[in-house]
Order: sequence, then structure tokens, then C-alpha cells
Amino acid sequence: MRDKIFKGKVWIIRDNEKKIIDDIDTDQIFHNRYLTITDINEMGKYAFDNLEGWNDFSKKAEPGDIIITGKNFGAGSSRQQAVDCFISLGVNAIISRSFGAIYKRNAINSGFPIFVWDNMEEEIQKGNLNDRDELEINIETGEIKNLTKNISFKVPPLSRVQLDIYEAGNLFKSE
Amino acid sequence: MGKTIIEKIFHAHSKDEIIPNNIIWLDMDLATARDFGGPNVVKNLRKYYPEDPSPLDKERFVFTFDLVAPAKNKKYANNQQICREYGKEFGVKVYDVDAGIGSHVIYDRGIIKPNMTVVGTDSHYNILGAFGAFGQGMGDVDIAYIVKKGRTWFEVPETVKVNIEGDFEFPVTAKDITLYILKQIKTTFALGKAIEFYGDIFKKFTMADRITLCSMVTEMGGIVGFIPFNNKNIEELKERIEGDFEMPFTADSDARYNNETTIDITGINSQVAAPPYPHNVSDAKDLHDINVDSGFVGSCTNGRYEDFEAVYRILEKNTIRKGIVLTMVPVTREVLEQLLVTGLFMKLFAKGVVISNPSCAGCAEGHIGITGKGQVNISTGNRNYPGKQGDGDTYLTSPVVVAASVITGRITDPKEVL
Ligand code: SF4
Repeated sequence: MRDKIFKGKVWIIRDNEKKIIDDIDTDQIFHNRYLTITDINEMGKYAFDNLEGWNDFSKKAEPGDIIITGKNFGAGSSRQQAVDCFISLGVNAIISRSFGAIYKRNAINSGFPIFVWDNMEEEIQKGNLNDRDELEINIETGEIKNLTKNISFKVPPLSRVQLDIYEAGNLFKSE
Repeated sequence: MGKTIIEKIFHAHSKDEIIPNNIIWLDMDLATARDFGGPNVVKNLRKYYPEDPSPLDKERFVFTFDLVAPAKNKKYANNQQICREYGKEFGVKVYDVDAGIGSHVIYDRGIIKPNMTVVGTDSHYNILGAFGAFGQGMGDVDIAYIVKKGRTWFEVPETVKVNIEGDFEFPVTAKDITLYILKQIKTTFALGKAIEFYGDIFKKFTMADRITLCSMVTEMGGIVGFIPFNNKNIEELKERIEGDFEMPFTADSDARYNNETTIDITGINSQVAAPPYPHNVSDAKDLHDINVDSGFVGSCTNGRYEDFEAVYRILEKNTIRKGIVLTMVPVTREVLEQLLVTGLFMKLFAKGVVISNPSCAGCAEGHIGITGKGQVNISTGNRNYPGKQGDGDTYLTSPVVVAASVITGRITDPKEVL
């Protein structure tokens, strides 16, 4: 049984001007020059390798990390590698204002937790959430605790279906 | 709380609570796979279920070869054979290269019924809204899972209402109305939503008209589009479907909509979508300076018998301009048969038209009717993105405007040649 409560440290995906980046497409996440890679263990090192300012992400990332990013994350092509590269690095979850439709489908099918957080940017502005803060996420209740700052937030939890697939590991293993 | 049409269909196919944006398990009545995507569906079934790659229910899975039919190269020939062999091994029906476009085959053969849930490896499967069914294009991984488990997850979409006011008459057709709607709502109003269309015009919409409008819900960015049925539409379904079937759901009066718009079609002219977007729409008469090199009538949007008839209505007393080739491709074997039996095939043939066997033709992978660089093609298809129908420029319009334009050699409002 996979954990329903997990901890991890935050990366807020911002540009040089410290603005959260919107519309990160699948080519910036996992560039199409690596599409021939089919072994998930090989995928991690190319995560964000084509996103300006973030191409060293695979070196910085630690298992359990939680990625926070702008709206329409994963727009573009249907490549599964754009999800699998984060699984490969041991990233625990992605939180965004919204996701590209196919990206969302791929993430859910892979049993990879993704959350939509509407007013995340306000919380960041208020200083309630910083890079490398440690969060604890309860995927069943949607409660996010910032352990570093001792504040709690609430986001829509994973749906029953997402939990079914998450617990099974991926869509194919679910009953 | 009242329900919209899609909410009712989902409710009948799920134990989960049907509220917009909820992710639910949805039972699927039918999955189809074509000659593109199909081989990968087979590959996934063999890979993820090596002990038993058979479908959950062989009656609920069919192959439809339509993209490149018959195969024109080894890639497609091999892909089709992979599907055939799986079909033979597990008793899955194959509508082979003779049958036609999958979404129309399942209609012509009475397989599709109102309120069904259907998925296929075809991005235009929301066309099935024309028959009161929920249809959705999906990737090969998703389809393989559905074939094996009979269900998948889906996010309940919100519904928007599009009310059509006014009336239309020949030579304005359902395609012009479709393009006109696209021009108004573009790809944003209905993005990711189900659409319910309402209006008096639907009292006279034929099944072919409904198909034209619903097929281009894809280009509107919508999940699926539903149109109220008239008695004749129901009769047409009865002719095809064996035995009794459930009447199409209608929305409750207190159903909740995300948004609503009203479009007045009074007095609209024939419409044309210039490249590079299907919503880049103007009046045909405003594009009269554009010379055309070829015409294409077909695709899942406009390849039914009624579309062929409409072309002949314009061509009958005219001739196609020298040097211009008009290619017409029926959607299914049934439509081809009708063309032969009624003699319309011969009449169009005598006008110099090229008529091929049923398939997606120029719409897919450069089969029949693909264009060369610099060639201007006037087409009844549904997409005019660069490269979609070849290297040339594709203008989208109704069968009637295609006919008028191949007569004059430039984009032409059909009123000019009537
Ligand atoms: S005719 Fe074109 S749009 Fe329609 S199903 Fe075939 S390839 Fe797709």
C-alpha cells in the first residue's frame, strides 16, 4: 500500500524575475530529442532539461520533492515521459493552478499525484510558502501542512478514482 | 438538481457521483481502434496483459480500418495485419478496408445507439453526439485498458448551451451554420465542455446535417455536442438499429450550465474557413479572388449521400472548369452502394468527378486527394492546419460551395451559379 500522507521539500518553478512560470509545455519538461528513451530509470536526468534556468533540476532534485508550478502545466504533446521523468527522480507530487488535459490523463494513469491549488500564488506572495520548505500532504483530505512555517492549507484531495489508481500503482494494475 | 444530457449519460454508466469536474469511473459500451492506433492497442494488450490479452467482451470491441484503406504502403499494410491477426485470435470483429470511416460504419450498421458511451482512437469521435451518444477519442494506452476492463475514468465536463436563432435555406447548409458557429465561439467558449445546441432549425436537420455539426465540435474544442432529435432523425435510427432502443436523453429544465450564448443565423451566406484555422471563417463571396486548383468532398464531416446530392444539385446544369479535378469520397460502403443504386455515381462520373472507395482519404496521411505545394484545395473536411491535407492550402466549406468553386475556378458563393 502506498502512503497517503507524505512529506517532501518544495521547488517553486520561477523564472529569472521570480515569477512563477505558466504554460510549461512537454518539450520544456522532456525535450523531444530524448523521446527514444523508454527506460524510466534513464528519464530523470532529462527532466526540465529544456526549461530556462532549470536545466540542472535533476542534479538538485531530492527524492520526495514537491513541485509547484504555474497554470497549464504540461501543455502540448501526449508524451508520457513528461510525467515519468519526475517519477524517475522520486518526485512525490506536482501542484499547479491547472494542467494540460492530456498531461492530467497521463499523470493520473501513472498513479502520480497532481493537485490543483487555486490561490497558491497568493500564499507564496504572503511568504507562507518558500523554496525548500518541507510540506506534508494528505492526499485523501487535501490538507497541506507547511512544516517549516507551521501553516496549513487546503486543496481539493485526490478523487476516489485517482486514489484507486494511485494505490494500484498505475491504471493497468487497478481493478 | 437537474441534469444535462452528458450528466444523464454518465449517470447511467457510473456508480460515482456525477458532478462537473468530478473524476469518475465510467463504463464503456464500445471501444474501437483504427488502422492508426489499433496496432498499438494490440501491442499494449499483449504487453500489459501477457497471460490473457483477450478483450473483456469481444462484442464491445471492433477494429475499423479507415485512415489508409486499402493500405497504400507497407507501414499501413503491416499495421492492419496486426489488428486482423488479433481479431482472428480473439474473435474481435474487423471492419476491413472495404467498410469506410469507423464513426459512420458503426452508425450505418446500427451498432451505435443513443445514450451509449464509446471510445475510439479517433480525435473526431465526439461526432457520435449526432446519434445522442457520448463519443471520445483517446490514446492507445487508454483504449487498451478499456478493452480489458470495460471502463475508464473521466472528468465530468461542464455543459454550455448554444442557442441558434433564425432559419436557413439552400444553398446555405448545415456546414455553413457549423462554420458560422465556429466563427462566433472559436475554440474558447466550449473548450473542454459538452455543448447542447438548441433552436428551431433542428426540426429540419437531417441525420447528415447533425453529423456535420457534431463532427466539428472537435474544432470548437468541445468534449461532445448534442442536438435535439426530430421525428425523422429517430426514424433514421430505427431503420438501422435492430430491435428496441432507449430514446435519447434530454436535459432537465433545471439543469446547470456553465455558460450560454445565442447565435442568430438569419440571412447568413455560404461560409469558408481559410487556412490555417477552422475558425478563420468568412463569407465565400469575400474570398472570390482566390483561385482553386482542386476540390474535395468527403471526410467524416461531409461524405454522406446527401452531400453528394447537394454537389450534383449545383453541377447538374454546369461543367467543371477545365484543369480542375473534383475528388469525392463516400464515408461508407453503404453510401457508395446508394450512389451506385440510385445512379448518382454515374451522373457525377459523367461530370468528370473522381469517386473513390470509402475512407478518410485526403484527411489522413496523404491517401487520396492530397495536395502539393502551392495547390489551392477547396474541401469539405474539418481541418485546414498546415500540412493536414498536403503541402497546399486547404479552404474548408460546404459541398455546395466546393461544387460552385470547381465550376468557376475560384472560391464562389453558389448563388452565382444557381
Ligand atoms: S475523415 Fe479526417 S477527421 Fe474524420 S475520422 Fe477520418 S481522419 Fe479523422
